[in-house]
Amino acid sequence: MCSFPTASSAAARPSASRRGLAALALVVALLPLALTNAYTYEIAILVGLNAITCVGLNILIGYAGQISLGHAGFFGLGAYGSAILAARYGVPPLLALAIASGAVGAAAWLIGRPILRLRGHYLAMGTLGMGVIVSVVLATEDRVTGGPDGMPVPPLSVFGYPLSGERTWYWIVAGALICAVALAQNLIESPRGRALRALHGSEIAAGAIGIDAARHKLGAFVLSAVFAAVAGALMAHYSGFITPGKASFLHSIELVTMVVFGGMASTFGAVAGAAVLTTLPQLLTALKEYEMVTLGAVMMLTMIVMPLGLVPTLEKRIAAARGKPV
Amino acid sequence: MLAQYLVSGVTIGAIYALVALGFAIIYNASHVINFAQGEFVMIGGMTSAVCVEAGLALPLAAAAAILVATLVGMLLEKLAVEPARGASVVTLIIITIGASILLRGLATLVWDKKIHSLPAFSGEQPIAIGAATLLPQVLWVLGVSAAAVALLGWFFNRTLTGKAMLAVSHNRLAARLVGISVRRVLLASFALSAALGALAGILIAPISFTSWDVGVMLGLKGFAAAILGGLGSGPGAVVGGLALGLIESLGAGYLSSAYKDVFAFLIILAALVFLPDGLFGRRAAERV
Amino acid sequence: MSVRLLAAALALPFAVFAQEPIRVGAFLSVTGPAAFLGDPEQKTLELYVEKQNAAGGVLGRKLQLVAYDSAGDAEKARGYVKRLIEQDRVDVIIGGSTTGETMAAVPLAEGAGVPFISLAGAVVIIEPVKKWVFKTPHTDRMACEKIFVDMRARGATKAALISGAGGFDRSMRAECLKVAERHGVQIVADESYGAGDTDMTAQLTKIKNTPGVQAVLNCGFGQGPAIVTKNYRQLGIATPFYQSHGVASKQYVKLSGDAAEGVRLPAAALLVADTLPAEDAQKKVVVAYKHEFEKRFNQEVSTFGGHAYDGLMLFVEAVKRAGSTDKAKVRDALEQTRGYMGTAGVVNMSTQDHMGLDLTAFRMLEVRKGDWRLVD
Repeated sequence: MCSFPTASSAAARPSASRRGLAALALVVALLPLALTNAYTYEIAILVGLNAITCVGLNILIGYAGQISLGHAGFFGLGAYGSAILAARYGVPPLLALAIASGAVGAAAWLIGRPILRLRGHYLAMGTLGMGVIVSVVLATEDRVTGGPDGMPVPPLSVFGYPLSGERTWYWIVAGALICAVALAQNLIESPRGRALRALHGSEIAAGAIGIDAARHKLGAFVLSAVFAAVAGALMAHYSGFITPGKASFLHSIELVTMVVFGGMASTFGAVAGAAVLTTLPQLLTALKEYEMVTLGAVMMLTMIVMPLGLVPTLEKRIAAARGKPV
Repeated sequence: MLAQYLVSGVTIGAIYALVALGFAIIYNASHVINFAQGEFVMIGGMTSAVCVEAGLALPLAAAAAILVATLVGMLLEKLAVEPARGASVVTLIIITIGASILLRGLATLVWDKKIHSLPAFSGEQPIAIGAATLLPQVLWVLGVSAAAVALLGWFFNRTLTGKAMLAVSHNRLAARLVGISVRRVLLASFALSAALGALAGILIAPISFTSWDVGVMLGLKGFAAAILGGLGSGPGAVVGGLALGLIESLGAGYLSSAYKDVFAFLIILAALVFLPDGLFGRRAAERV
Repeated sequence: MSVRLLAAALALPFAVFAQEPIRVGAFLSVTGPAAFLGDPEQKTLELYVEKQNAAGGVLGRKLQLVAYDSAGDAEKARGYVKRLIEQDRVDVIIGGSTTGETMAAVPLAEGAGVPFISLAGAVVIIEPVKKWVFKTPHTDRMACEKIFVDMRARGATKAALISGAGGFDRSMRAECLKVAERHGVQIVADESYGAGDTDMTAQLTKIKNTPGVQAVLNCGFGQGPAIVTKNYRQLGIATPFYQSHGVASKQYVKLSGDAAEGVRLPAAALLVADTLPAEDAQKKVVVAYKHEFEKRFNQEVSTFGGHAYDGLMLFVEAVKRAGSTDKAKVRDALEQTRGYMGTAGVVNMSTQDHMGLDLTAFRMLEVRKGDWRLVD
């Protein structure tokens, strides 16, 4: 019934996760050598933004063991919040980003309390409904949001200097990603994180040793919402444009797929999942009308063959090859 | 006005009810939410439409469509759900969502991206009932849905196979211990759900047409209805479906048509907050 | 010896084409919710690139089409446009089947200085006018104006709107709300339905019970309008009913069946190509395109494919006039297009008008016995 996160070995040993962080920083620093033009930089930036969202979502799904089929709603709210504040109210973009993310966190706190009382598929429905409500409102209130065709967003600026261009943004997103991963790892290894993992194992047992399930679930929910909101706001300012499609059910599913594909309860799994599933559709365009069939088949096959996700399965194989118990 | 809203609400509600029943049957047997349920509706509608366009008589086309959908359902169970039996809830959700994407992609390859229609079963002359008018097709939707629900009720309560399926939903281990093949029950549940979905697709195609992506919204709403009614409860699915249809119709009529979906979901969420297991859901006793 | 001569002779035409091909980039919604826009657009571009090459290319160079399927997704569109500009190094971009996708691509085309001919409908694409962005279809505002003029001609001054949830639907609805007053029409009801909705009788009942409604306009495309049309007849509403140019296709008529009788909508002359009077200035172009398309693809011609034809031909003409594919020169030549006859109508561009069509480009059609009939 409950699938215990098996990547706990990596998370439990701080030195391993610090090595992982260093490795990530190295990859991020060296990647530009392989990026040839603005288009490839764009893909890398998208990977980074999805990775930030997924790292947050993974805390909720992988560690706290909850389901969210509406997380794109938070992404969209962060994006639109920052966009509207900056475009219609002249708020400096960095401040708009901060306010929007904070507001989304507050909203998540308010919604989270009643919603997290639901379990399993009921929680899935609850979060799904929330996501649908957000995307419908964003698409319908066209005077504020520009409607289904979206609205333009002013670029991020620091002390009046606009930050634009793929190369600049690559470093912004890379920095944000490293921070997000470091934050997530920090949380996982803290007593809070251990409480979360205990919750996932068995809510009742955790309660028996004094862990306040509701509070910890809510904390994970809010944190993952904030991660998504920040990523959304960054995407809005980077693209210069935002559409309600970013808050759609389809996008929520994409995010969950990235987390599960990469490996739940594995921060680096979330990053890996985001990387693979953001670049894959780009590669599949060559298949033209076979793209959908291939995508569906890939999703199904990888989940059937690697139900734990990419990174934990790899870790297992490597550990088995080395003869060590996982 | 109210009469018309009620008629339209019950019409949409009946379709949601059929889709929700499909969700409930599969969930009961396997504790899996089959997010590809909407695609069975699509397969039913598209197959029958294409057959009729090719010259087949409507009843034959309908039968062919239900058969095709049933086969697809069984294939889905064999190839995707069974191999992933021990996986977590989230993984299974991803698998069935992947299946729905695959099926939609196949639909665009096998057929096309155009919108298709079925001829109405008994004509298009509107019938007036009091202050409301409805199409004859609506009577077919309501009638056949009611018959299907009644048939299912008889099947589950009076036949051995049906009771076996119910037994598996109550307690898998105990069912196995008395000799029920859980694997066969799973296969049967997928087949049955697919057939139900296809039936819904055929019934609604004359009214609201069919295309490769009709399944997306219907699947979502059917899932919402199933949850509202209480996952795993057949009567719950039907009540949930009808309720959802009525909320949408009344919301569109009396409040704001642009936000009718928002009202529907808000009400579902509110209902879940007070009844976390849905209207008729079984309070699952959690084993420690 | 003779073999070498033969080889040289055979190589000659290839030597002519051995020059760099002219790369035409395209991003279209071939799959997804706007597939019936992108599908004929893609087919048209392929067909006419082929025909152009068979006729010797442009300036002695072959045309090469690089097309991507953005599936109606603005984010995907952005990615593909970046790819077209940076990786494929195209000379022009023709595409953006939907307004959302077009608007996402506009900053990229503007930033990189690549001529971009959009195939989408909303007026916001060319208003305010942008240096590198042009468009071939009529704007949704023009459609509203044509419809309001016709409503007034029929004596209607109060109208009800019913629109879908998509970008096209909402954009046209917003434009109609804006220009209604100017044409003496008051909007007394404004209902909406969602994507994938199966029944709109609730919304229509509300409209039916609104006092004073003299005409109803449905802004939408896809299967929604067909369902609205059927519900309209089912409820026995006799008020004049208008559809948008978004459903100017035989598919709409077929799906709605008898319910579509008497429905009016603004559309390009392309739809009634064969019944146009012989003196009609557009007749030659639209008949030619219609026959070529239907012969090759064995499917009904669509105005959206016509927009792609216009886009490609405008580019080809501009290149010929500019004498090169230099992006700035082509852009200037595009802006100087005068008197070009396309499938949408006569095109007269200027520095302030990057679409070039006027209201004569729209014809009012009425559905009679399952076919189109010119009204004006």
